[in-house]
Amino acid sequence: MEILYAILLVFLIVCATFACLHKNFLTSVIIFMSYSVVMAIVWMLLESPDLAITEAAVGAGVTSILFFVTLKKIHAMDQEKNCDEETDTSEI
Amino acid sequence: MSKIRRDYENSLWRKLVRFVYGENDSFHEKAGYDIEHPETEKRKEETFFEEVDYTKKKKESDKFFAKYSAIAEKRGEKVYNHFYKFLAAITCFSIIMILLVTVAKLPSFGNPDNPVNNEVSERYIEQGLEETGAVNIVAGMILDYRAFDTLGESHVLFIACVCVMILLRLDKETNDPEKLKALENDRDFEPKNEAILQHAAKILVPVIILFGIYIVLNGHISPGGGFAGGAIIGSGLILYLNAFGFKKTEMFFTTKTFSVVSVSSLLFYSLSKTYSFFTGANDLHSIIGPGTPGAILSAGLILPLNIAVGAVVACTMYGFYALFRKGGI
Repeated sequence: MEILYAILLVFLIVCATFACLHKNFLTSVIIFMSYSVVMAIVWMLLESPDLAITEAAVGAGVTSILFFVTLKKIHAMDQEKNCDEETDTSEI
Repeated sequence: MSKIRRDYENSLWRKLVRFVYGENDSFHEKAGYDIEHPETEKRKEETFFEEVDYTKKKKESDKFFAKYSAIAEKRGEKVYNHFYKFLAAITCFSIIMILLVTVAKLPSFGNPDNPVNNEVSERYIEQGLEETGAVNIVAGMILDYRAFDTLGESHVLFIACVCVMILLRLDKETNDPEKLKALENDRDFEPKNEAILQHAAKILVPVIILFGIYIVLNGHISPGGGFAGGAIIGSGLILYLNAFGFKKTEMFFTTKTFSVVSVSSLLFYSLSKTYSFFTGANDLHSIIGPGTPGAILSAGLILPLNIAVGAVVACTMYGFYALFRKGGI
């Protein structure tokens, strides 16, 4: 059990660090999503199922969806696509 | 162009507006601004030629910048930069150390002598079941002892959704071509009838919404409650919207539904809790008793309050998503 705790907490720290440091917005949001899922498991292990349900529904579900919609609104996803296409053509 | 209109174009306010939007710095023009005047065309040509000379100017500015940076290096700009980085690192490190020391000084997790375990939580645990009738102590706390907190939380959510509505809503009767274009653009983002998504949604959406309703209704017996259940119902609605588009959801969920459901839920919450606080504070006999603990129709006001909170949260979550996507619920 101690080992499981240690693995989960280290994973949380790694997720939190890379969600801040990653340059790609979409990847950041997905890392944040996985952070929320692991956080829900940690809440469950700390015997607070109320918080686990809320964390899974709000943190991993609704917040991430709103982040995705915002990225679409500010055309962050399109830009990446265009950049990729540009690099592809330049390589060819 | 009428005389009034021309005066408006020349007015100080209009100049300020143009200055703010960066159209041109009209404060430096003496002749004023007139669209139909032939001088404007001339001016446009001039600006065009200026743009052609842009590369030359850039070279000049690059040269100037190189010269300037050389001077700056001489004057110790580099030293300042190093000092700045050094200072930032020291500040960051000291804050990290302060936080780590604070965490180390915190009482250990799960220790019975912690200051958290005082008479308040003791009372909640020992008398909570008798006084509120809720088997789930957390529900008894947040919707009975501390119902005022939850009322504030629901209002915060509702106000947040209203603010998003003010910022992002697009009127359908608008004549502004830019806004109409934005509306059409957002409609282009609608789902393209993806078969996999639709079949998955057909199976998943009823289960998700049923699970959300179960969590809301069993908030006083099992873990969960209004907020978690409402969020799950909202996510189910968002999935349905993604799979089948706005035309299907607009059949049962419009701005009117949103306003009626959330406002009536908040009103019911406020009024019922006012009654509960009034009778409780004055030692009057309340007609709402705790009931038998464990039954679905028990725990007094907690079940209806859970339903109210769940309705507000579900409406808000769906409303956020719909407003972000198409500028209207």
